[in-house]
Amino acid sequence: MKPASFDYVRPKTVAEASVALGRKGVNTAAIAGGQSLIPMLNLRVAFADLLVDLSRLDDLKVVTRSPDSIWIGALTTHAAIEDGKVPDLFNGLLKRVAGQISYRAVRNHGTIGGSVALADPAADWPCCLIALGATVRVVGRNGVRVQPVSEFVRGQYETTLSAGDIVMGFDVPTPSVPTRWGFSKVARKSGAFAQSIAIATALGRSGRVNVVLGAAGPKPRALRTVAEELEGGKSGDELRPAIEADLAQVAPGADDYQKRMHTATVLRAIRDMRTQ
Amino acid sequence: MTAITIDLNGVRIADDVEPRQSLADFLRERCGLTATHLGCEHGACGACTVVVDGKATRSCLSLAVMSDGRVVLTLEGLRNDQIMDILRRQFHECHALQCGFCTPGMLIMARDILQRHQSPDANTVRHELSGQICRCTGYANIVKAVVAAGKDLAAAQAHALAGALAEAEALIQAEVQARVDDQVRAQEDAPPKPGTE
Repeated sequence: MKPASFDYVRPKTVAEASVALGRKGVNTAAIAGGQSLIPMLNLRVAFADLLVDLSRLDDLKVVTRSPDSIWIGALTTHAAIEDGKVPDLFNGLLKRVAGQISYRAVRNHGTIGGSVALADPAADWPCCLIALGATVRVVGRNGVRVQPVSEFVRGQYETTLSAGDIVMGFDVPTPSVPTRWGFSKVARKSGAFAQSIAIATALGRSGRVNVVLGAAGPKPRALRTVAEELEGGKSGDELRPAIEADLAQVAPGADDYQKRMHTATVLRAIRDMRTQ
Repeated sequence: MTAITIDLNGVRIADDVEPRQSLADFLRERCGLTATHLGCEHGACGACTVVVDGKATRSCLSLAVMSDGRVVLTLEGLRNDQIMDILRRQFHECHALQCGFCTPGMLIMARDILQRHQSPDANTVRHELSGQICRCTGYANIVKAVVAAGKDLAAAQAHALAGALAEAEALIQAEVQARVDDQVRAQEDAPPKPGTE
């Protein structure tokens, strides 16, 4: 349970970090909270020649509010969000999601940027940020790019990040009417990675509905048929055929148990959203 | 090797470490502080929990190099801590340990819980302790001890507050009395005003 040896640098600026991460012929890895990377290095399922420590880059710690969105810097920890240090303009959804991730000692260090950059299919933040229509800002050797999180995450542990790229943070559009939401997660033990995770959001009473399912396929995906039927006024068990149709698309390999579990988390998330 | 400086239990430690060395191994092997236990070494068991910059931290999921410039507290550094004192007593009273392997992590996390929650109930303690694994006790007595320590701490804080208030009131009373005395004395000492006799 000891990692293979690696070198370590702690750059003082984002530009220096980008250069270090983009070094040719070197297997580099960015580390922020390290709460996923260090266990992966310890278990030797991940390897790096050089760790580039981003954890003290103040440019990645900014949290600001603008009239129509909130900016969450990549180094914002789950605990900071849990404790309400980020304005939660989504009726408490961010706090709820943050407080469920792993354990407090891990939440104290794990970051939202790290969670999305790792792109574990069962992680909470990719699912939540996709449900909220967030975009990610990435700085790299070719300048800055802004991309919807739903496109940034490409698959299991796969993103559009390339050598030298750094996730700066996320722009989350804030709704003009209060968000209603539901969040449901099944894990074998509290704090463990989810086996199924569903987030449903609705803007006001009659606005657009989003239902996102995580841990079911290589990446969290929106359940479009379910959302349409919800917008059309269907509820509860009436939604089962739509869920089945969407599961065939987003989780084609699911067995009967997994299908029942995903159906349950989706229905619970929708129920919780409707009762808000 | 990379040079680091850590404020460890109030002592400034400067050392050279291999980047891959975990904070846990640094504490145990370089510093000889063996209260920090290593169970799983991948963040699942919580036995290695320490305090870094005031935050509960898995020392197996932190590298010593990343702790450079930080303030680290281990169980050894919390001998004279008020909350730890109460927790130690309640762990003893409630028989909250058997083999003791998980106990340092349990104590550090319990202290963190009591710092964030006033007199937490059993459900809150269970949820907050869910990252600490114990293979002996079945948790019942650990939860009981933390709940009891929360009550003791609240009582101790209320007592301390009442004492401080009483002390402050006594000081104010004394000050008021002194001013009244001064005024009386000033009037007595003042020469009689002309035309009043």
